[in-house]
Amino acid sequence: MIEQWFPNVDWEKMWEATYETLYMTSISVVITFILGIILGLLLFLTSKGQLWENKIVYSITAVIVNVFRSIPFIILIVLLIPFTKAIMNTIIGENAALPALIIGAAPFYARMVEIALREIDKGVIEAARAMGASTWTIIQKVLIPESLPALVSGLTVTAIALVGYTAMAGVIGAGGLGNLAFLDGFQRSRTDVTIMATIVILVIVFVIQFIGDTAVRKLDKR
Amino acid sequence: MIKINQAKKIFQTKNGPVKAVDDINLSVQEGEIFGMIGYSGAGKSTLIRMLNGLETPTEGSVTVAGRTISSIKGSELRKARQEIGMIFQHFNLLWSRTVRDNIAFPLEIAGVSKAERNKRVDELIDLVGLNGRGDSYPAQLSGGQKQRVGIARALANNPKVLLCDEATSALDPQTTDSILELLVDINERLGLTIVLITHEMHVIRKICHRVAVMEEGKIVELGPVLDVFRRPDQPITKRFVQQVTEPEESKETIQHLLAEHPDGQIVKLTFVGISAEQPVVTELIRSFNVGVNILQGKISQTQNGAYGTLFVQITGDRAAVAEAVAFLDAQQVDSEVITYD
Repeated sequence: MIEQWFPNVDWEKMWEATYETLYMTSISVVITFILGIILGLLLFLTSKGQLWENKIVYSITAVIVNVFRSIPFIILIVLLIPFTKAIMNTIIGENAALPALIIGAAPFYARMVEIALREIDKGVIEAARAMGASTWTIIQKVLIPESLPALVSGLTVTAIALVGYTAMAGVIGAGGLGNLAFLDGFQRSRTDVTIMATIVILVIVFVIQFIGDTAVRKLDKR
Repeated sequence: MIKINQAKKIFQTKNGPVKAVDDINLSVQEGEIFGMIGYSGAGKSTLIRMLNGLETPTEGSVTVAGRTISSIKGSELRKARQEIGMIFQHFNLLWSRTVRDNIAFPLEIAGVSKAERNKRVDELIDLVGLNGRGDSYPAQLSGGQKQRVGIARALANNPKVLLCDEATSALDPQTTDSILELLVDINERLGLTIVLITHEMHVIRKICHRVAVMEEGKIVELGPVLDVFRRPDQPITKRFVQQVTEPEESKETIQHLLAEHPDGQIVKLTFVGISAEQPVVTELIRSFNVGVNILQGKISQTQNGAYGTLFVQITGDRAAVAEAVAFLDAQQVDSEVITYD
């Protein structure tokens, strides 16, 4: 029946494209998570009334984050072509998409990290300071664990946005389901291929959402 | 144990500088329970935070357990803080950790080994009476239980001083009493010096040895709790003392009593310290041919004796009543014959 509805789908190609999408998404989610946490912590700690209060560092970080968060992703990829070429030695394939994906998503996630950290009860940080905790200990044992549910739900949103970004990156030659839907589906007028690629993307998004929601529920002891 | 020398704290705000703490001198003895009372904005919060370096004085110095908290920084300050426990109004527990792990947190900070930590946590859970709740999360506990976790956590590193920042203000009266009892118990058993701030005279009355009354960044009155209760000097202190001795409507109550009981004399007896336990009223009835009618009264226990007032109506013939009043005057009881103003 599936063969009947999707006569033009080349399953091997579809599987390969799915793998590429998953590869781009997972690598960029991991690096976005790390960079976003670092940037978000920097934004939080240097903001007013916090441990490293520093107007200059905060303003510079905030401007960088806002600029990269505001550039539409499709334009960002194009703008970053020279940069990608310099560090990845190529501008096509899954790996070539990674710098743009990460630079596009990390500032977005950094803001969510900052908001998550702001939600932490100030009293808890004060209590940790009163116990003689160093800033590093506070980051490790108070800030991250106490904001973990928000960090995870933010990461879920970011990961889903990244799936969308990979599809856009696919159009300009990064591979993956977006690439397949555009080249095989749209350009060769095989609507069934486009629809199948869409279904696979939807499944990926639902799975990410499900994993994220379950994790948040498990983590939140409030 | 604690010495505050000419400490000042000035905050720069949009509306100009604000003196939160204004030239305070204070010393607290080892093993003492010292209370600071004041309305919000009196500067007591800033003052208690100077004792563990969460605030640094703009001028002056603060010494706790031999360390000049006001001038040390970095790892030295962090070390010093491990010897000063603190509990908070809103408990400030980590929701992400169980009771055990919350109590173990300061031990982790101090670099205590895991086996040692487990042993110490067991002792502390026992000390604060939370047996069986070790694996619960703070969200599953009542306010009183949360504060017990806070106390256990504050005591984990065997501190020399315990700071209590409005530790009972978020609790109901019954729970407040049980937490206060726990604090007295700890003070007696461990010889721990306790400094607490509050806006409730009840707390001062119940557990403090000495009290400082704060207003606009200054200490306006300071002394042993009983002395302050007996002879409150400042209007603000009188207001605080009234919180525990007389009901607010007492003026009207007296007028009401006078109207209701036109015969005999109405006498207000003020008991302080040991005399509160003397059977003055019994003596009065036995020795004189008068009737004694107790109208209303309130006796409160403090750490160094009882304090309270009692309104009695003395009836009988004129001479006997006068003798009875004279007898009362001779006792260690302040008596005051109440008449219409």
